[in-house]
Amino acid sequence: MNILVCLKQILDPDIPARDFRIDPERREAVRGSADLVTNIFCENALETALQLKDAHDGMITVLSHGSEEAEDVLRKALAMKADEAALVLDDDAAQADPLQAARVLAAAARKLGSFDVIMVGRESGDWGVGQTGGLLAEELGVPFIALVEHLDVDEGKLRIRRQTDTGTEIFEVTPPVVISITNSENNLPRIPKTRDVMKSYRKPLTTIAVADLSLTPSSDSYFRLVEISVPEKETRCELVEGHNLEQRIDAFAHRVAEIANTTR
Amino acid sequence: MNDILICLWSANGFDRATQGVIGAGRRLADTTGGQLHAVLIGAEDNTLVEATSLRADHVLVADRPELHEAQPELYLAVLTGICRSLQPRAVLLGSDVYSQELTPRLAHRLEGSSMADGAELTVAEGGALRVRRTAYGGRANAVYELGRQPAVVWLRARGFAPAEPIQDHHGTVTHLDIELPETITARIAERYIEARDGVPLEDAALVVSGGRGLGGPEPFEELRQLAAAIGAEVGASRVACDEGWVPASWQVGQTGKKIAPELYLAIGISGAAQHLLGIADAKVIAVINSDPDAPIFKHAAFGLVEDYRKVLPALTAKLAELATR
Repeated sequence: MNILVCLKQILDPDIPARDFRIDPERREAVRGSADLVTNIFCENALETALQLKDAHDGMITVLSHGSEEAEDVLRKALAMKADEAALVLDDDAAQADPLQAARVLAAAARKLGSFDVIMVGRESGDWGVGQTGGLLAEELGVPFIALVEHLDVDEGKLRIRRQTDTGTEIFEVTPPVVISITNSENNLPRIPKTRDVMKSYRKPLTTIAVADLSLTPSSDSYFRLVEISVPEKETRCELVEGHNLEQRIDAFAHRVAEIANTTR
Repeated sequence: MNDILICLWSANGFDRATQGVIGAGRRLADTTGGQLHAVLIGAEDNTLVEATSLRADHVLVADRPELHEAQPELYLAVLTGICRSLQPRAVLLGSDVYSQELTPRLAHRLEGSSMADGAELTVAEGGALRVRRTAYGGRANAVYELGRQPAVVWLRARGFAPAEPIQDHHGTVTHLDIELPETITARIAERYIEARDGVPLEDAALVVSGGRGLGGPEPFEELRQLAAAIGAEVGASRVACDEGWVPASWQVGQTGKKIAPELYLAIGISGAAQHLLGIADAKVIAVINSDPDAPIFKHAAFGLVEDYRKVLPALTAKLAELATR
């Protein structure tokens, strides 16, 4: 299997709430001292790809559309044992709408080779719009499966398991296909070995200038952000009182029962 | 065209999410002054057809044996065909997995725009659809304007109020004659429904939920007993699901279920932004956590700062006693 995993670099979504601010001019989060990290669902995707390769052999190429800083994301992926890495260098990548991103990724994928499976994360930890995977599939003219947690190969066909609201479904797929990966207990990203981190810096990394993809600029934007704000939504939590734990549990139980008995 | 199309799956019946999509579509059509069309895909369900026709202007039934069980590639072909002939201003879908994955593909085929997880719909001057949703894992509210037509949006369906039947109104019902692609290269071959007693998490009025602080799968048995005492369902944070303590379908949060219970009792859950996003519509949040600085306390109505291990058996017993009164 020839696998392409798309990786997005984002602002660390785990910064404490008190440090989170929006720049009203730029209409985006203030970077401040936050790190840039690989979007977690993209790491789940890479882990899923690595497991497929471990079980069935294959070749994993990682691809990112970003600024020079996105090289970190690709080096980390190489340290996790991806085989090849490519960066579409674009200083405006962070402002790209999902359709622009999908067009860039599709053009880069065509340039890099022929892939059986193309993986993306289900959504990014910054804007979280989650449209790129489906659009990428349409750009490439192949099926799209969302919320995948595992895949297997059986006689040249892919068996792809994805989460639904009530359980799971298995797709039988003749490649190629684009899939979006969600987190599951089985695809927590592996931690690269120190030795592999060192080695990753000596591995080749293909850089593609976005201009070299010869994309025709779209006449209109896919959508436009017109408003962004941080909600002030904090309630004052009333801690139940009592002289001892038993009394506090009793008070807590009464508050819970009051609601429970009226909704029944 | 000012018309609105809503896409419903017959297998879901007239459930809360379906009602939310119909409500959202009705109000949007009333705003744009267009007609509301509803397409029902799957084995025809008379109750759903009837309920929809009391609220929509036109009901389109897409019933073929091949569509009785969901196949996204076929659904996409059906929806694309309908949209090409109706030319709607906006296309609305629910929040199930099929709706989520079809949304960008449908928008692409129709050269429109798409958006995920819409929480509120408005129409801008000039007619473009505006969608309010959260960003940055629930930390910010964003409003997007979708300039291209149609605007295809999957909704946080349960957050939208249902529509009442329109007085003295009965929408037209048309059975569609549809052509389906003969071969598809991605097909759902097997389905597994996780055994889960009681009502779905999304529909539960009371939810008891556990997280990292529980430390393993065993304490969830105690949560189940507590839940049973008040007739609640059990949910979990992402950590508990990622660790395999409970099934992924129990997850509440940005990437799990988004729920709106009367009471959400969070036990051993710190309250990461992505988790809070899943309970933003909960009426009352109550917390048991040993860490008084856990962010979830800032969103709770009442709480108990204590190690859950010292609380649970006694709390369960007390609740059982109070419930039987």
